[in-house]
Amino acid sequence: MLSLEHVSKTYRTGSFGGAVLHAVRDVSFDVRPGEVMSLIGESGSGKSTIGRMILRLVAPTAGTITYQGDDVAAMNRHEVKEYYRRVQGVFQDPFSAYNPIFKIDRVFGMLRTEFFPGTSREAWSAKLADALESVSLNPRDVLGKFPHQLSGGQLQRLQIARALLLDIEHLVADEIISMLDASTRIDVLNLLADLKERGLGILFITHDLSLGNYISDTTVILRHGCIVEMGATEKVFGDARHPYTQSLLASVPQLHSKWAKAEPMPATNGHLDDDAAVPALVSVGDDHLVAAH
Amino acid sequence: MTLRVDDLRVYYRTLAGDVKALDGVTFDLADGEIMGLAGESGCGKSTLGKSLIRLDGRMRYVGGSVTLDGTELPIWDNGQMDEYRFRHVSIVPQYAMSALNPTRKIGRMIDELLHSRGVDMDATLPELERRLELVGLSNDVLTMFPIELSGGMKQRVVMVISTLLDPSLLIADEITSALDVSTQKAVAQTLVQFRDRGFVKSMIVITHDISVLYQVADTILVMYAGKLAEKASAEDIVMAPRHPYTRMLVSSLPEVGVREADHRLSGIAGRPPSLLDPPQGCRFRDRCPLATAKCVEEPPFVEIADGHGAACWHIDQTVGRLDIPLEKIETA
Repeated sequence: MLSLEHVSKTYRTGSFGGAVLHAVRDVSFDVRPGEVMSLIGESGSGKSTIGRMILRLVAPTAGTITYQGDDVAAMNRHEVKEYYRRVQGVFQDPFSAYNPIFKIDRVFGMLRTEFFPGTSREAWSAKLADALESVSLNPRDVLGKFPHQLSGGQLQRLQIARALLLDIEHLVADEIISMLDASTRIDVLNLLADLKERGLGILFITHDLSLGNYISDTTVILRHGCIVEMGATEKVFGDARHPYTQSLLASVPQLHSKWAKAEPMPATNGHLDDDAAVPALVSVGDDHLVAAH
Repeated sequence: MTLRVDDLRVYYRTLAGDVKALDGVTFDLADGEIMGLAGESGCGKSTLGKSLIRLDGRMRYVGGSVTLDGTELPIWDNGQMDEYRFRHVSIVPQYAMSALNPTRKIGRMIDELLHSRGVDMDATLPELERRLELVGLSNDVLTMFPIELSGGMKQRVVMVISTLLDPSLLIADEITSALDVSTQKAVAQTLVQFRDRGFVKSMIVITHDISVLYQVADTILVMYAGKLAEKASAEDIVMAPRHPYTRMLVSSLPEVGVREADHRLSGIAGRPPSLLDPPQGCRFRDRCPLATAKCVEEPPFVEIADGHGAACWHIDQTVGRLDIPLEKIETA
C-alpha cells in the first residue's frame, strides 16, 4: 500500500525566492492494491506535484510518503531501485517521452540492462511479448520501429508495457490520455481497468471529471493543494457535498444534457489566501470525507 | 447565407509529397449559425479553419471556392486576403493565450491594430470598454501587459479584440481545450453571447470535444481524414448519428454517470489513414464494421433529411437502429 500522511510541498518563487507557493497542503490518502484512485483538480491544484512526489521526482517539504511502511524519501540507492521496480509512472505526452533516435527495442533493452542483467535473450523476449500482450499490442507492430512510426495510443501503451515489465504494484498515471484522440482514449482507459483486475493500485491523475468517474473506485478532489472532498467515486459524484465539487460537476459539458443558463463570468481565478488554515476534513458518511466549508 | 465553401482542397507541401489535409469539402453556413467542427487530430479541421483566413507557408491552395456574404474570398492570395481579415473574417486562434505581443500594453496593441485597419481608437473605445465589461474584465486591462493577466483572462481579451470590428465570420480554434472546466464553460457561453448580441454573424467552433460543441453549437460537422463524414444539427449528431464513424465516436465518449464497472465503452480500433497517399473510396472503411466491397468507391455526401447529410454507402442500414451495435447490423 502507498500512503501519504500530511504531505505538503512548498515552492519558493520570485527572483530571490521571496515568494512562497503552497503547491500541496496537508494531503493524506492511501492507494490500495487493486484499486483505481482518481486525483481530480484544475490546473495549479497540485495534482501533478503529488504524483511527482510519489515517484521521488520532487521531495515533499513536510509529511511522509510510505510504501509498505517504508519512508520513500529516506531510501538508499539500493532501496530506491527496488522501489522503482514496484512503483512506476506514466506521463501525459507520449510523443516527447521517447528518445526519437532510439528504436523501441532499445528503450526496452535499457530496462533489461538496468533491472534484469541476468535474464537470457529468450526469457527476455518472452517477458516482453507478455507485457506487450497485456497492453493489447502486437509485438510485430511495434518492435523494430522508431517512435515517430507509431501512433499516440501505441506509444502510451508502450509506456505502460515498460512499467509492467518491472514487477509493479502501483502505477502513477498522470493525464495519460489527455493527448490521445477520442476514438483511442477509451481503450487506454479500459486497459487501466484490466490492470486493476490484476491487482495493480493505480493513481489516475486527471482534470477531466468524466474520465475520473468512468474509471475510478475512489476519488479525491483537490483545490489549491488541499483536499476538498474524497471518498468512493459514486458518493463523490452522486452525492457531492462541497460547493466546489458541485460547481465543477455543473460545469462539465455533458453529451445528453445541456448546461444550465449562462452565469456571469467569474472575475478571476481566485487564489486561496496563503495563510489561511487548511480546512479540516469531516466525515459525512461511510468512506466519504468533505472539507469544512 | 453567410458562408459557402465549395469543394475546397488545401494540401500541405512536404518532402515526401502533398499531404491532402483538406480534400474536397463543401458546406454552407447560415446567418447566425454556430457550426461546430469536430474530428480527431489530423482530420483537417484546423486546416479548414486556417484556410478561411490565412494559408501559412506550407499550405497550398489546390482548388475550390469560399464565398462570404456573396463575395468570393481570394484565399490563395495572402495580400488580397488582408482586406477581409479582422473586418469580415476573424479568428480566435488555438494559441490565444500566447497571441498577445508581450512588449505592448493591451490598450496600445489594440490601438495599433485598429490603426492598421484605418479605424479610430477613440471612437471605438466606449464599445471596447462595454465589451470588456461583458466578459468580466475591467478597463484596467488596457493599461496592463499580457504577462499580468491569467490564461483565462488573456483568452477573453483575445476574444474581444478578434470580434471588435463585428466580423461576419469568426473562427474559434480549440479555444476551450486548454482551460479548466469552469473557465471552459464561461468562455463557451461567451461565444454564444457574442453571436446573440450580433458582435459576429456566424461562427465556426473547432474542437475535438463533442460534448462542448453539444452545449454551444447549432450544427455539427464531423470530419474524417480530410473529408466530411456527417453534418447535422447538434441534437442529431449526438442523439441520432447516421455515419458509422460519428456513431462510434459519440458512443466512445465517457460522461459523468457512466462507469466502467457498469458499462464498458469501446473505442475505434485502428488509426486514420495517412493523408500522403489516402486510400481510394471511403477513408473510414478499414475501421468500419459495416464496410463492404462497395466502399472502395467514394461515397457521395448526400442529404438524408432536412439539414442532415452524411457520406456513407450504408446510411440506410443505420437508420433508427441506435440500440443495435454496428457489428450486428447486416449489410447487403
